[in-house]
Amino acid sequence: MSQFFTYAILTATVSAALGLATPFLLAALGETVGQRSGVINLGVDGIMLLSAFATYYTALKTNNLFFAILVGTGVGTVMGVITAFISVTLKAEQGISGIGIYLFGLGFSDLLFIKLVGTPLPITSLNSINIPLLDRIPAVGGMFFKQTILVYLAFLLVPVVTFVLNRTTFGMKIRAAGENPAAADSVGVNVTRIRWSTVLIGCTLAGLAGASLLLYDGIFQENLTQAEGFIAVALVYFGAWRPVGVMGGSVLYGLTIAVVLEWKSLAIIPLSASDLAATAPAVITILALLTVARRFRQPAALGKPYERGG
Amino acid sequence: MSRVALAASGAWKDRRRFLLSWFALPFSLVAALILGAVMTLVLGANPIVGYHALVNGAFAGSYNLGATAVKAAPLLLVGVGICVAFRANVLNIGGEGQLAMGGLASAATALALPNLPSIALIPLVLLAGALGGAFWGAIPGAFKAYFNVNEILSTIMLNLVAVQIMNWLLAGPMVDKTQNSTYGLIPETRLLPRASWMPILIANTQLHLGVLIAVVVAVGVWVLLYRTSFGFRLQAVGLSRDASKYAGMPVKRTMTLAMTISGAMCGLAGALLVFGSISHRMVTDGSLTGFTGSDGFNGIVVALFGALNPLWTIISAFLFGGLLVGGDALQVATGVPADMVTALEGLVVVFVVSLEYMRRRSRAMSVGAPGHLRTSETEIGEPATPLAATEGIGDP
Repeated sequence: MSQFFTYAILTATVSAALGLATPFLLAALGETVGQRSGVINLGVDGIMLLSAFATYYTALKTNNLFFAILVGTGVGTVMGVITAFISVTLKAEQGISGIGIYLFGLGFSDLLFIKLVGTPLPITSLNSINIPLLDRIPAVGGMFFKQTILVYLAFLLVPVVTFVLNRTTFGMKIRAAGENPAAADSVGVNVTRIRWSTVLIGCTLAGLAGASLLLYDGIFQENLTQAEGFIAVALVYFGAWRPVGVMGGSVLYGLTIAVVLEWKSLAIIPLSASDLAATAPAVITILALLTVARRFRQPAALGKPYERGG
Repeated sequence: MSRVALAASGAWKDRRRFLLSWFALPFSLVAALILGAVMTLVLGANPIVGYHALVNGAFAGSYNLGATAVKAAPLLLVGVGICVAFRANVLNIGGEGQLAMGGLASAATALALPNLPSIALIPLVLLAGALGGAFWGAIPGAFKAYFNVNEILSTIMLNLVAVQIMNWLLAGPMVDKTQNSTYGLIPETRLLPRASWMPILIANTQLHLGVLIAVVVAVGVWVLLYRTSFGFRLQAVGLSRDASKYAGMPVKRTMTLAMTISGAMCGLAGALLVFGSISHRMVTDGSLTGFTGSDGFNGIVVALFGALNPLWTIISAFLFGGLLVGGDALQVATGVPADMVTALEGLVVVFVVSLEYMRRRSRAMSVGAPGHLRTSETEIGEPATPLAATEGIGDP
């Protein structure tokens, strides 16, 4: 155990935790925006898989990581169009249509992977960017300021999303559509358009999340996400629909995964028991759901399609 | 508008309603298959050859039919479980975890009682499986009923917990230590006692007793839902929690019970996966779906395509069991990976839920009494009544 509490390993663990937390954070922030407008998107995991594959394949073929991220994110946007059409325009039951999107993404990403790639090769990873001066702070610098661009972007989005939701007209319309769409409609808010845009934002961020996960791992495999997209949806509840809370949950997940990985590689716990330790965040999330359900109220129209006069 | 025109438009609306009722589900499958054919073409393979191989692989000859039935049995049980939860307006996404818990409980029982005869052991292991699943279903059920915890999220989280517990048990305490592998132990149990194996019903096929059990259970659940006062209560709670409460029904207990039964069905399916397997062990590969083969999710598709009616679900399970079995033949014949079937399943779900809205609308618009008064949903009459009772399922 003592070898875990060394300077170098603690720094590496926290640094890895932030990288691991990034896909959760990006996907969960997008989902937060959607849910605040009243739309649950359970298809996040499938979208992340498709985007991760698109990123991988583009990077493999072009060796241009920036372009690969762009393609992966674009795939998220395209899936957003489909999701919004189903959930908002066709007013389908959101819990189930999301499972459909998930299964499609799971099957289709692996189908393309097997068919187009065959033997998987790792791709080059994103360079980390050291923030001048800050990266030289002892300990803190190594933990927080030697990350990739996507990590900085994800954490910068937290205040941005908070600001947009709470301090802008667009944010007010989003919240109105999620709390009382009929009232919003009566004062001239186009609920359909608002929900379309939030779903598009959410799915685009899910696409970016898939790209960031892929670039962290450096290689694609079947079911790469291992339910990370579903966890991201749960993290929105965990964070009680507030970006800062969502960030807390994402970091908790990232930290747990990083610590378990580190313990495994240092042989502090036996290999099999690491499975047991890995249940910790899920158990904590369930307990958090219990507390959140008691203390916070979800957007009143969450999961309910809006119909005029209905 | 003249009376004639009115009557004509009414007839058209009735016809459209009729079409949507009876053909929405088949249409969803056909549309998914067409999109699948397009994908196959784009990938440079011949879709006709592919589908021909798929259908042959699934349904041609007694051996393939047997394999399809064996694949369909756990799907049917999971699907029936989903039906029960759904009818109470609770969405059970926790099939994966409940399958794992059922499998673990039943495997542990069989390993603990190696000397019992079949006649005692098989009922015991099935019961253990059902109890394991019921326990894992009761947790989110009670959380939803008593603490307002969104069941979609709690079941997804419990899936992750269950799979990790399974991975730990199968690689640790329950692992078969006698295997001589130089590359570390495979996460699997010892060979289960022969008395616990599902008896084969027809020689030279895989068809085992579990298939029969699944069908009997499905019929039993149909009776429970549509011919008992408990089933009536359950559906009433599903249609309106407030009205049921006002009528004096124990709403919270009914919701918890619905999830418990749903979990029990999935747990039973988990037991079938263990004792109907060819290896006669409980095996995983360390991934999330290593033991279940995604049957917890496949069962949702099966239940939806079975219009959330246990009897239609029998046919639906057989159909999707066939698709999953035939997927391998598709891969061999055309080189299109068997994952195509998972993608098709997703498309079917998307089409079913999308058409449901149109169906609801055409119902509401059709002349005369409101839709729900015009058709009896308690019979195996009109098949497509899946989501009528499920508005606001995201409610905590």
